[in-house]
Amino acid sequence: MNALLQVENLRVEIAARKRRLVAIDDVSFEIAAGEVLGVVGESGAGKSVTGTAVLGLLEAPAVQAGGRILFDGRRIDTLSEEGMRALRGKEIAAVFQDPLTSLDPLMTIGDQLTETMLTHLPMTRAEGEARAGELLAEVGIPAPRERLQAYPHELSGGMRQRVVLALAFCCAPRLIIADEPTTALDVSIQAQILDLLRRMCRERGTAVMLVTHDMGVIAEVADRVAVMYAGRVAEIGPTRQLIAHAAHPYTRGLMASIPSMRRREKELTQIPGAMPRPDAPVAGCAFHPRCPQAFARCAAERPPAFPVGAARVACWLADPAFEGVPA
Amino acid sequence: MSFLLGRLGQTVLVLLVASFVAFALFRYVGDPVNNMVGQAASMADREAVRRALGLDDPMVVQFARFIGNALRGDFGISYRFGQPVAALIGERFPATLELSLISMVIATGLGVPLGVWTALHRGSVLSQVLLAVSLVGVALPTFLIGIALILIFSVGLGWLPSFGRGEVVALGGWTTGLLTVSGLKALVLPSVTLGVFQLALIMRLARAEMLEVMRTDFIRFAKARGLKPRAIEYRHALRNTLLPVITIVGLQFGNVFAFSIIVETVFQWPGLGLLVIQAIQFADVPLLAGYLVLIALCFAVINLAVDLAYVAIDPRVRGSRAAGRAT
Ligand SMILES: Nc1ncnc2c1ncn2[C@@H]1O[C@H](COP(=O)(O)OP(=O)(O)OP(=O)(O)O)[C@@H](O)[C@H]1O
Ligand SMILES: [Mg+2]
Repeated sequence: MNALLQVENLRVEIAARKRRLVAIDDVSFEIAAGEVLGVVGESGAGKSVTGTAVLGLLEAPAVQAGGRILFDGRRIDTLSEEGMRALRGKEIAAVFQDPLTSLDPLMTIGDQLTETMLTHLPMTRAEGEARAGELLAEVGIPAPRERLQAYPHELSGGMRQRVVLALAFCCAPRLIIADEPTTALDVSIQAQILDLLRRMCRERGTAVMLVTHDMGVIAEVADRVAVMYAGRVAEIGPTRQLIAHAAHPYTRGLMASIPSMRRREKELTQIPGAMPRPDAPVAGCAFHPRCPQAFARCAAERPPAFPVGAARVACWLADPAFEGVPA
Repeated sequence: MSFLLGRLGQTVLVLLVASFVAFALFRYVGDPVNNMVGQAASMADREAVRRALGLDDPMVVQFARFIGNALRGDFGISYRFGQPVAALIGERFPATLELSLISMVIATGLGVPLGVWTALHRGSVLSQVLLAVSLVGVALPTFLIGIALILIFSVGLGWLPSFGRGEVVALGGWTTGLLTVSGLKALVLPSVTLGVFQLALIMRLARAEMLEVMRTDFIRFAKARGLKPRAIEYRHALRNTLLPVITIVGLQFGNVFAFSIIVETVFQWPGLGLLVIQAIQFADVPLLAGYLVLIALCFAVINLAVDLAYVAIDPRVRGSRAAGRAT
């Protein structure tokens, strides 16, 4: 497999008072060059922790306790602090949940762009500044040359998010971790920003790990989808397949809301019950207490990921050896 | 600009209020006539003095006259010393200003770097030790510190004088101890004594602010941009930390100036503090009124300086310039 990013059996633990809580367990997925992987799941499912681990930005009390992360075939989770830093922003960039607070309020936009490029690319300050102006034009900011002198507070939320995108793309990364890049924005601006992100990735062949709560966004832009539940991947596969024939009961519950595009999360999780938190893990399949199709084995044993078509599904119903619920 | 004008207006208002308090003190605490002519004077004499002093005029007129005199630096004659208040204060003012200035320079110059360092090396033993020591610095009474320093460095080692200003040099109306060796030596113990609490306070504040800033989204995003730790810590985090620190330093400078009394007493420092103690003991109302106005003026000047620092550092205070807003 010539994947750009490979995450294998990732496990992230969080040191709590006496014990170590498992936030992420046995998470595996890959992203091919230029591919958009959508990541969905309820709040607390572990989407952000996964993205943070890929960026190598986990901070105490969270630590990677197992698994491997490979970028371009090279292991990156064992890189030195400095080695990983050189990769961040250059090869793997990020766009975070709240773009409004992502920029340093005391520094001009032009300086923040230039500083990022000068850190990673062999160029002079003058070249960096010229490139910064071009980048602002590319992300659709009017009067880009004048805006280089602007401070973040002088721009609207949508404009700031465009600047954040310019910062993410400024060193031509091959992968972008976008953690709910539009959640904090006005609904009217969300579509614009998403279009911009998609267009820029297409033009440059940048791969994206796109975390979102919005199933409509997934249907529109993701090539493949990973559905996370309680720190695990419940199902991962091509978007079309998951929308048409989701194999996991949890995915089916999520997909039920797609026709009414762009609904918020509260309406989205119509499945009764709540997801188990890391401090109160559930034996067997984490979804079984809420699953309409659960049977004895689900409470006893955790299902591994079974291949179903081009997807992988962590559900006993997808077990090739499964022959109906025993009476 | 409008921000500064607004602040200037506030300053004038504060000064007016302080002047009014001083005026009320002057006018209504004790009987000024009694104080001037003595108990033995006849009723007619008293009336004459009263009229001569303008104490029969309406209060507004009296207050206006008080302000007018104050603007010319005229606060009348001290009861206790029989000299013009302005001359008495002018003589003592340099000693107190130099003492509080040096102690704040020490406290800020050490406190900010130590606070930043302990924030960046949170886990280290030295950082824990410094924190514990700073708690002691906050808790120890100033006079105890002063006496301990005198016992060690004056009585014990005989390195530094335990009282007075040493030799001073007159520069115009200003007497300074900063230009002679004995003047500088005399400054060491009192300014350290006065600065210990401030040092501990500023260090703890700088540390707390730095930790707070290091948790913000824009620092997280700066890490995701792959900036070098040095750039993140100093170019981004420290600058954002400095704003609240500057406010506290300004405030504390005012406090140090106004409450240097204890240290001046311990070290027999010929500053305003000693003068004021005597003024209080002898109900020397003109002197107290003049001192009050001076303190208010000092706070006002410091506040303006803090505001100017904000304008220099924080673009949000400067307000949107021609760049304007756009979506
Ligand atoms: N620093 C931390 N300390 C304690 N718990 C944490 C920490 N970071 C994450 N967690 C826990 O790890 C789990 C996964 O969190 P994560 O932020 O990845 O969820 P998410 O899927 O991104 O949710 P959301 O949709 O709300 O962003 C949650 O239960 C959360 O409480
Ligand atoms: Mg999240």
